[in-house]
Amino acid sequence: MKGMSLIVKSVTRLVTAFIVIFGINLVLFGHLTPGGGFPGGVVLACALILVTLAFGREYVSQFFTMLAASIWDGIGALAFLTVGLLGYSGGVFFVNFLHRDGSESFRLFSSGSILISNMAIGLKIGACLFLAFLAVASFRRGATENKGPDKS
Amino acid sequence: MENTPVFLYVLIGAMIVGSMVAVETADLLSAAICVGAVGFALSVIDLLLGAPGLAITQVVVEVVCLIILIRAVIHRRETEDLTGHWSLEIGATLLVLGVFLALTFTAMAGLTPFGEPLLDEAIKNEEVTTISERYLREAKERTGATNVVTAILLDFRAYDTLGEATVVFVSIIGAVVVLRPIGRLRRERHEPDS
Repeated sequence: MKGMSLIVKSVTRLVTAFIVIFGINLVLFGHLTPGGGFPGGVVLACALILVTLAFGREYVSQFFTMLAASIWDGIGALAFLTVGLLGYSGGVFFVNFLHRDGSESFRLFSSGSILISNMAIGLKIGACLFLAFLAVASFRRGATENKGPDKS
Repeated sequence: MENTPVFLYVLIGAMIVGSMVAVETADLLSAAICVGAVGFALSVIDLLLGAPGLAITQVVVEVVCLIILIRAVIHRRETEDLTGHWSLEIGATLLVLGVFLALTFTAMAGLTPFGEPLLDEAIKNEEVTTISERYLREAKERTGATNVVTAILLDFRAYDTLGEATVVFVSIIGAVVVLRPIGRLRRERHEPDS
């Protein structure tokens, strides 16, 4: 997949940082504002998809291959499961073991393990949607890796 | 807003029209764009009904799905016409659907009424009558999160979120396995020592 024109590349260079910051904001403050792990992760995947569409798949696969995306996907899923298993320290499965009753509200750390769950889910969803997009972008019907360069 | 119900019905009508256009049109790119319009109208309905987190999620997932759909569709845009008589298949489908609906209504008649769930210990104290009121009252003290949707998703019902994360994980693995390059197997068969 080739990149796009110079205008698209310049605008992408300017805008990608803000998209990533917005996605991180959705993930981190998911217990206070609308959002959470799922839309934050999708916005992070959108930033990576924007870079892939603007600069081409070969440029992105230098620093973020399909293998790296699947590894981050697995790390996010395992982190979410670990938060659930660590809840056994508070009693049962998935107990919010970091939350103390009576702590102040409306802060970043006021919700305990919900923050860690949000970060794990954001990482997982971002990596896995970008992996799905790379799989679709690399697909050529009847293609083998022994043929010449792709024309798409 | 006093006009909210009218705008809601206009959006629902637009969604129905868009879905019918997406099914009946012969051009695949038009069908993909109509699917995107239906999803966008649904996110506006979410905003009207007071669910901003759901609207954000709907818009962003719609954008990603549209990108993937258009990428899949853009090289081959025409569809093939299905010819033949389908009356036997349509009749069998309607018969099975009717039997399934009749059995479902018979089975669901024995359940508890809507809005009065069984999993509620506060009913004994007669403070609240539904578990959703209990979540709304206790979310801020018990979880520390002021977004009640996130509190329910990640604290009260976190096990369901684990199930959803597993579903997404497995479906993406399935998609990647189906779409990966075919030549890898052929190359490994030709060079088994490398």
